[in-house]
Amino acid sequence: MSRVLVPCHVKGSVALQVGDVRTSQGRPGVLVIDVTFPSVAPFELQEITFKNYYTAFLSIRVRQYTSAHTPAKWVTCLRDYCLMPDPHSEEGAQEYVSLFKHQMLCDMARISELRLILRQPSPLWLSFTVEELQIYQQGPKSPSVTFPKWLSHPVPCEQPALLREMWALTEMIRASHTSARIGRFDVDGCYDLNLLSYT
Amino acid sequence: MLQEESDLSLIIAQIVQKLKGSNLYSQLERQAWASLQRPEIKLESLKEDIKEFFKISGWEKKLQNAVYSELSVFPLPSHPAAPPEHLKEPLVYMRKAQGSWEKRILKSLNSMCTELSIPLARKRPVGEQKELLNKWNEMGTDEPDLSLFRPVYAPKDFLEVLINLRNPNYENGDSLSFRTHLGLIQVPLKVKDIPELKECFVELGLNIGQLGIDDSTQVPPELFENEHVRIGQKVLAEQDSAAAQQYIRQGSPTALRAELWALILNISSQPEDVLYYEQLKTNVIQHDLLVDSLIYKDVKLTASNDDYYFVFEDYLYQVLLCFSRDTSVLSHFAFNSASPPKSYIRGKLGLEEYAVFYPPNGVIPFHGFSMYVAPLCFLYHEPSKLYQIFREMYVRFFFRLHSISSHPSGIVSLCLLFETLLQTYLPQLFYHLREIGAQPLRISFKWMVRAFSGYLATDQLLLLWDRILGYNSLEILAVLAAAVFAFRAVNLMEVTSLAAAENLAAHSEQFCTAPLFPELYRVQIPCTAELRQKEECSLLDSKSHSTEQRS
Repeated sequence: MSRVLVPCHVKGSVALQVGDVRTSQGRPGVLVIDVTFPSVAPFELQEITFKNYYTAFLSIRVRQYTSAHTPAKWVTCLRDYCLMPDPHSEEGAQEYVSLFKHQMLCDMARISELRLILRQPSPLWLSFTVEELQIYQQGPKSPSVTFPKWLSHPVPCEQPALLREMWALTEMIRASHTSARIGRFDVDGCYDLNLLSYT
Repeated sequence: MLQEESDLSLIIAQIVQKLKGSNLYSQLERQAWASLQRPEIKLESLKEDIKEFFKISGWEKKLQNAVYSELSVFPLPSHPAAPPEHLKEPLVYMRKAQGSWEKRILKSLNSMCTELSIPLARKRPVGEQKELLNKWNEMGTDEPDLSLFRPVYAPKDFLEVLINLRNPNYENGDSLSFRTHLGLIQVPLKVKDIPELKECFVELGLNIGQLGIDDSTQVPPELFENEHVRIGQKVLAEQDSAAAQQYIRQGSPTALRAELWALILNISSQPEDVLYYEQLKTNVIQHDLLVDSLIYKDVKLTASNDDYYFVFEDYLYQVLLCFSRDTSVLSHFAFNSASPPKSYIRGKLGLEEYAVFYPPNGVIPFHGFSMYVAPLCFLYHEPSKLYQIFREMYVRFFFRLHSISSHPSGIVSLCLLFETLLQTYLPQLFYHLREIGAQPLRISFKWMVRAFSGYLATDQLLLLWDRILGYNSLEILAVLAAAVFAFRAVNLMEVTSLAAAENLAAHSEQFCTAPLFPELYRVQIPCTAELRQKEECSLLDSKSHSTEQRS
């Protein structure tokens, strides 16, 4: 499935906290990150990928145009998606995550803005955020590829296109050569070494 | 749903890729070609007929076992955006800590090299090669001068590194609060609690038969032992890895253990494997490594001094020296947080074409390393098979015991699991030991790092390693360590120093492993623990007496 990276501008995160941020003791448990697309027209969002950094729950709101003439409205497309099963422990804390449009609560057409609402209820972490945020839209259909002969085998029509493509991927990897291990550790029969290298 | 399907497809592709390079693939191809001669294979239904033939002849089972083996060893494919380091270890600060620890080890090895003026590696002169070949089977008789060599590190050095492990994003405040860890490990990894452990280790429950308890002389064999042995023989006849792994959770009969372990680890001694071992032997003969002296020293210091293992000294050299030359071990570094040390051919510093790994397998042995091999010598006598079993055990389990990682079977998680279990279920004991400066982990760390090898009688140790294989996890080591403390709790409450506590806990040779698992499950209400322990004491005394009688 091809996808195209959408250039985006990620604004700095804003902490939502009751009271004065400077004087109160506790840490904010909610952060909001706004993502805008200054040079792109409203598009259909396919996938969001990011690297988590100690965020426990994620909600996403999108600003969406329902039709050509009505003004854009904010809609929640993901609510409290769990990134860390136990917010007090390290599980899932630094994982890479992908979210697809089929996981969203609404359809993702004509998006003009994105708002990520990060929650970390545990007071144990000094900070939390998401990094390496990347937004993708659907790419053009892949150009015709010469498929190997076996594909002319009758494929059951019930299989959706996605599964067929994945099956093709499996077969293509299978057809590629494997790297055979030779097992030699020396270089041309020589294993006279300097000291161990630190880099 | 779509995500799961694409994950599955990726896993399948990965496994197919791996198996394509294996011996099994060429064997299956040969068998398929040979089967064309058979009358039942028809051209119209070629694919189905060959599949049927594989099923009947047992080749499908071999393939299933190989796939099962790959699934057990290799982690699930990670996110496409994740770099390879992420697969080794997802937490950045742990990767950094492992990197600094490795740098220290390299510095230590380099300084030993320069101080003693011994090269890291050298080619043996022909005369020396002949001599080594002649005494290959009795290398233990050699008494080289190893006084100048010292082990690169010992488990207690590694413990100090783990104690100082800190997450920079974690609240490590000085003031005591609910977030303070009372034990030595200060990182908040997720560990299982007793209800979760009970669910995970359900076959170790009190109502299920175990070898080690229910095969003792007082229990009539018709109740459990006979049936268990019969099932074991059936599992071996079927040659099914997954079934063997399930079966061995209740312990393995001594007579079947060697075959069962080989089945679970998917080791079958093919001529190619024996040839590979001979090739490694040739490498040992041709090149002499500094690491060899470390291995010699370690064997002399540990296994040779052990009442159970000194007879296997020669085997240990034959396995460990070859292990150091085995480049196939390098592949496990893809999912090990550690990285193999690098060096350059003399005179070619910095040129990538002359970069090599040192030692060839990337593993620098530490003090006690040979104890991973020693118990296996009771099971396997043929050197190439012994070698294969050890290598597979190392790349599946043992490497996690001496590298810094967040994996649930990694040593950091095991330490935290041990401390958490003790704190939760034996808080008085934990507090008392802490007060007298005898943090329990300081005593139990060396047990866990060595997987209890050298700290338990061999028959008990093998029952423990049965469970490691059965559950494909090392968490049982932490549970056993906590259970030992629970068992000794009454006496430990009376000690007043670390040395005395060590002494008391160290007399564990008489322990029977199997009864100790339910021991910990029962210690949930501290006030009645004492009463139960008195019961257990008398029961276990009679059991250990009978074990001594049998052996």
